Amino acid sequence: MYELGEKSTGKKKLKSSDIQKTISADLSITRDDVKAALKDLVDEGKLIYTYFGGSFVEIPPK
Amino acid sequence: MPKKYETPLLDELEKGPFPSFVTEIKKAAAKSDMAADELGQLEKSYRDKRGYWKHGGIVGVRGYGSGVIGRYSSLADQFPDVANFHTVRINCTSGFFYTSEFLKEMCDIWDKYGSGLTNLHGSTGDLVLLGTNTENLEPIFAEFSSRGWDLGGSGSALRTPSCCVGPARCEWSNINTLDITYNVTQEFQDEMHRPAFPYKFKIKTAGCAVDCIASIARADLSIIGTWKGKIAVDQGEAANYAKKGMKIQEEIVNKCPSKCMSYDGKELKINDDDCVRCMHCIAKMTKALKPTGEKGATILMGSKAPFVIGATLSWVIVPFMKLEEPYDELKDLIRKMWEFWDEYGKNRERIGELVIRKGMREFLEFIGIDPVPQQVKEPRRDPFFFWTEADLQK
Repeated sequence: MYELGEKSTGKKKLKSSDIQKTISADLSITRDDVKAALKDLVDEGKLIYTYFGGSFVEIPPK
Repeated sequence: MPKKYETPLLDELEKGPFPSFVTEIKKAAAKSDMAADELGQLEKSYRDKRGYWKHGGIVGVRGYGSGVIGRYSSLADQFPDVANFHTVRINCTSGFFYTSEFLKEMCDIWDKYGSGLTNLHGSTGDLVLLGTNTENLEPIFAEFSSRGWDLGGSGSALRTPSCCVGPARCEWSNINTLDITYNVTQEFQDEMHRPAFPYKFKIKTAGCAVDCIASIARADLSIIGTWKGKIAVDQGEAANYAKKGMKIQEEIVNKCPSKCMSYDGKELKINDDDCVRCMHCIAKMTKALKPTGEKGATILMGSKAPFVIGATLSWVIVPFMKLEEPYDELKDLIRKMWEFWDEYGKNRERIGELVIRKGMREFLEFIGIDPVPQQVKEPRRDPFFFWTEADLQK
């Protein structure tokens, strides 16, 4: 999930639902599992929510 | 001593008959540099006829994607105390009931960490705190959460659900709006704090069709209390209204949208089969008329302000739903609606816009609701009922 965020940095802003769809399809896990993992990463500060006319999930700026 | 700006244009807004936001900002500016700079920048905006706020970006509290709206001044050099002027949304109580103790605490916290300016309540429903800097966001959140309060919704998320005062102060409420709002808020905490929708989603609950909270015009999901039985008529009280000068024929009967009432000067009659439960007559003759029988709600979807398409009013999808705790039927319906939106919605497309784009038929099929006449939005519109191949083979 973090890698997905890294790859998209500077190219495309990812929505939470984009991440859920991509990861659940790639790893054959449920979207609820992806949501839980996403919540953990955000709680740890490894990913953050941003708002640019819509809400996105990004790697925090260094 | 806070800064002082000359504000001749804003001063004009203090001269009218109504309470002025300028007066209130000036009061805050007497003790807060941030409020003073806000006033200065606003005067400049009026003078230059343009806004100087930038909006959005990367602000919030750890773990949340909602509740803080980043605002930045594009004139930070001139007005440094509003270089950051973020908005904080606190989840409002159902029906907006607060204790004076909480209001005092809230004001103390806000004087300590912010501009002192508030907005009770913002049109979204939240208790809105206007203007703080990035460093103060976590301390503000800690202060409020330690007292049992939480942030509200913002961004592409479920916005803080809100409702009318309902049964707390209104005997005409057909549903417990306060309890529904509380339950929905608790149920969908994740959807409110962690934005994952294509765009915003608002739920507003009104106890009856008078719709004091204007849910029919302002919510992606409007829940409006209604009833199934007849309207009980107290003819004696109806006669009293007439005695006191009410023109029942003109003010009540002629204004009935489905023309289901008649009045011969002595007796008020209602053909309940034709009644559309608009509440007009009941709201006008509260002592004479009363809904009876089973109570519940009409569920509507899709109202919004102009954006991708123009303003829309909500559209009936479930004519009558019995709403009792734990409200599982309602919660399941909401989840199905979100599933449809998640599947087909484009970025920044409200669910109502999606339904207009894809068609009500497809939406109803997806959420598993049968088409019924009450869903037809206006006369001579396609009732979105089509035979499928399987139906034709039956």
